[in-house]
Amino acid sequence: MASEGQTDISIWFFIGVLLTIYGAMILVYGIWELVTGNLANVVLANLHAPVWWGAIMLALGIFYDVRFRPGKE
Amino acid sequence: MLQLATLLFNSASMTQAASFAKSSVALAVTSLAHLSPLDIAVIAIYFAMVMWIGFYLKKRANTSEEFFMAGREMTAWIAGLSFVSANLGSLELMGWAGSAYQYGILAAHWYWIGAIPAMLFLGMVMMPFYYVSKTHSVPGYLKMRFGQGSSTVAAFSFAFMTILMSGVNMFSMALVMKVVLGWDITFSIVISSLAVAAYVALGGLRSAIFNEVLQFVLIWGGALLVPILGLIEAHGWTGLKAQIIHNFPTQDYLHMWKGIGHFSDNPMGVHWTGIVFGLGFVISFGYWTTDFLVVQRVLAANSLRSARMAPIIGSFFKMAVPFIVILPGLLALVVLHNPDGSLMHLVGEDVVSANPGAGLHSYNEVLPLMLVRYCSPGLLGLGITALIAGFMSGMAGNVSAFAAVWTYDIYQPLINKKASDQHYVAIGRWATILGVVVSIGAAYMVMNAKGIMDYVQALFSFFIAPLLGAILMGMFWKRATKAGGFWGLLIGTVTSISLFLWVHFDPSALRYVAFSPDAKAMAENMYRALWCFSITVAVTFVVSLGGKARPVGELSGLVYGATKLPKEEPVPFYKNEWYWAAIAVVAFVGLNIIFW
Repeated sequence: MASEGQTDISIWFFIGVLLTIYGAMILVYGIWELVTGNLANVVLANLHAPVWWGAIMLALGIFYDVRFRPGKE
Repeated sequence: MLQLATLLFNSASMTQAASFAKSSVALAVTSLAHLSPLDIAVIAIYFAMVMWIGFYLKKRANTSEEFFMAGREMTAWIAGLSFVSANLGSLELMGWAGSAYQYGILAAHWYWIGAIPAMLFLGMVMMPFYYVSKTHSVPGYLKMRFGQGSSTVAAFSFAFMTILMSGVNMFSMALVMKVVLGWDITFSIVISSLAVAAYVALGGLRSAIFNEVLQFVLIWGGALLVPILGLIEAHGWTGLKAQIIHNFPTQDYLHMWKGIGHFSDNPMGVHWTGIVFGLGFVISFGYWTTDFLVVQRVLAANSLRSARMAPIIGSFFKMAVPFIVILPGLLALVVLHNPDGSLMHLVGEDVVSANPGAGLHSYNEVLPLMLVRYCSPGLLGLGITALIAGFMSGMAGNVSAFAAVWTYDIYQPLINKKASDQHYVAIGRWATILGVVVSIGAAYMVMNAKGIMDYVQALFSFFIAPLLGAILMGMFWKRATKAGGFWGLLIGTVTSISLFLWVHFDPSALRYVAFSPDAKAMAENMYRALWCFSITVAVTFVVSLGGKARPVGELSGLVYGATKLPKEEPVPFYKNEWYWAAIAVVAFVGLNIIFW
């Protein structure tokens, strides 16, 4: 948490953090599913949505984290 | 009938609460989804993030300008996403997905003609006056234009309506959580209220806005997978259309305008005149240009250009929302099947409640059913988090707007005129907490007297249409007087309530109010709105003609033709608000032609 005098944290950074955490969690689960073959009982599970959706969220999250990191001009 | 009544005000997410909550009461207690530990973790992280934002922003909410107006520092993007997100509540998402299942693509009218023209009008025509006048609220504008009387009428009606809607929203969220997840109602109410009270009381409007932007991202992240996977399963848009036509050969689910030349030609029973004038003008303009809940977000913009760009940016996202709301409803028509392989038929809430234990699902359950269908652990938690975020930001929007109106438009002018800025900030924080407490009371009142839900939607219409009439007359007619504005607003509101009571106690009065004894609730609400809008304008006009208008010099910053707008520095065309407004108009017209 920033204190007085430090640069403000942008809302986009908060969003980046959340997307990064969620993306990582979902991607890791998806990879576990892919490796073990324990697919969830959902339609189109063979498309491994957690892998690519998690990866997209993670990539976006990292982009926002870096682009809007506190202290960056 | 209730569904139809709900549809009228569906562009106002607050009122969608009424329909879904009422229907949810009738649903079976068996939950639709079961969360894994991963899903629970996703939800818990969201709550942690919300509290982090609230505590972080506390240091940025020390003055009244910071607490109530977010310091007027929001960029066009943040104000625009918050503006559209304040209207993108979970009940709206679920309710409209259900409506799309029931009525087809007609439901998209509430996202396009029911929103886009009004949003562009707000940005390009009205925003300069709101922004240049430096008003802190819509009642605040009325005070500057028409005096304290009009402002007080608008402030009290808004405060009452807002707090009741917040309670309805809270109760509805608890019911949805019970239906979808099997959570205890009181548990949901306590957790969500504590979180909302904490982050709004701490960070004020800035915190509410930040959470709305966060919610916006979550909704897209959580709901976008459903139409993507649904289209893959249905073999694309062409395959979806072919299957809908095959499954429902006598119904037109795929055209927006083709079937509304006559009331009987479409499943919704609407006529194009009602869509264009009732929805596209009075209802839509009333909501998007005068409801302080949404206007407050744009007033927080950091410049006039940002304030004008914000609704335009919002309009593009609003146009895209049917992809995650209407499309899942259409997809459900072809992909949802019973365990025996037959096509699943969702039904109205009355049928569900009449057949307990039959395993039936209501229209409003379309979105949760589709989430459960496609989303594995983690993704399901994300979808549920998006719904929770939608509910909570809806509540936060209500209480932050309530706190501003209570402090600026009721407490300051009527109770304590000369207090320090710090005192008003403290009052705002307490008003936020009080608002949440009263909302909880309203939630339990609704729970114990469910008939109230039927009247909540009508209540919304009592105030919005007369307010639109008063604001438009004040903003675009220099001759409008203080007395004209006050009596127009008051008589318009009284007219709306009287017409409602007249039809309530004598249903045959429908033939006068809605021009037809066969009019349905939606038509009644639309025509009532048109009546009271017209009466507000007429009364304001007549009373103003009999009085003395204010000198033009006093109207600077408030009225069209009497205001010299600040010169904005030239920018490249791709940063110009007129350029993007023109593109929005082209996109809006194009979408209507494509889905004609």
